[in-house]
Amino acid sequence: MKQGTGAGWPIRRAWGAAVMVLGGAMAQSGCISVNAPDKPIVIELNINIKQEVIYRLAEDVKQNIDANPEIF
Amino acid sequence: MVMRKQEILGTGRAAIYAVMALALGSIAAPSWAQRDPAYAAARAAGQIGEKTDGYLGVIAGGADVRKLADDLNIKRRANYTERARAQNATVEEYAFTQGCLLIARTVPGEKYQGPDGSWQTRGNGAPQRDSRCP
Repeated sequence: MKQGTGAGWPIRRAWGAAVMVLGGAMAQSGCISVNAPDKPIVIELNINIKQEVIYRLAEDVKQNIDANPEIF
Repeated sequence: MVMRKQEILGTGRAAIYAVMALALGSIAAPSWAQRDPAYAAARAAGQIGEKTDGYLGVIAGGADVRKLADDLNIKRRANYTERARAQNATVEEYAFTQGCLLIARTVPGEKYQGPDGSWQTRGNGAPQRDSRCP
């Protein structure tokens, strides 16, 4: 009996450790699988530019092309 | 005396004609006529394209094409900075608005950047532009 329980503990401990390691790994990964997108990620840096500003600048921008044709 | 007057009148008229011809010529000349020939050639060949941010992008070609685009982009940045300040706008706002117009002014065969960032070849129809473009 004593020997039996003595032998049972390390096994149970080993199981416990295995579960903890597995749990830890799962917790670390958060159980979320991340797949790389097949399309390139485009970071839209101009998203903060408002349409009303663009419309306000439209006329000046037009004149700018006529004033500096060599850089356009 | 009379002859001299006529002479003056004659030269005056010639001068007026010259000024008129000059004015007509400058109106008729397209804006791309003042482009550097190497730049014009790179645009026509699809090596340099107009980006949505108001600057030029290099699609193909060697170091010389890259140098050409870099040089013009530096000049554009300086120009945008100056004009944005006068308009109380940010350089990015001004440059983006300029990009809208520059893409609209591309001619068939030239490259431009679509709203998704991909390179497009201008066809006969209107180019694909950002929905905010005027």
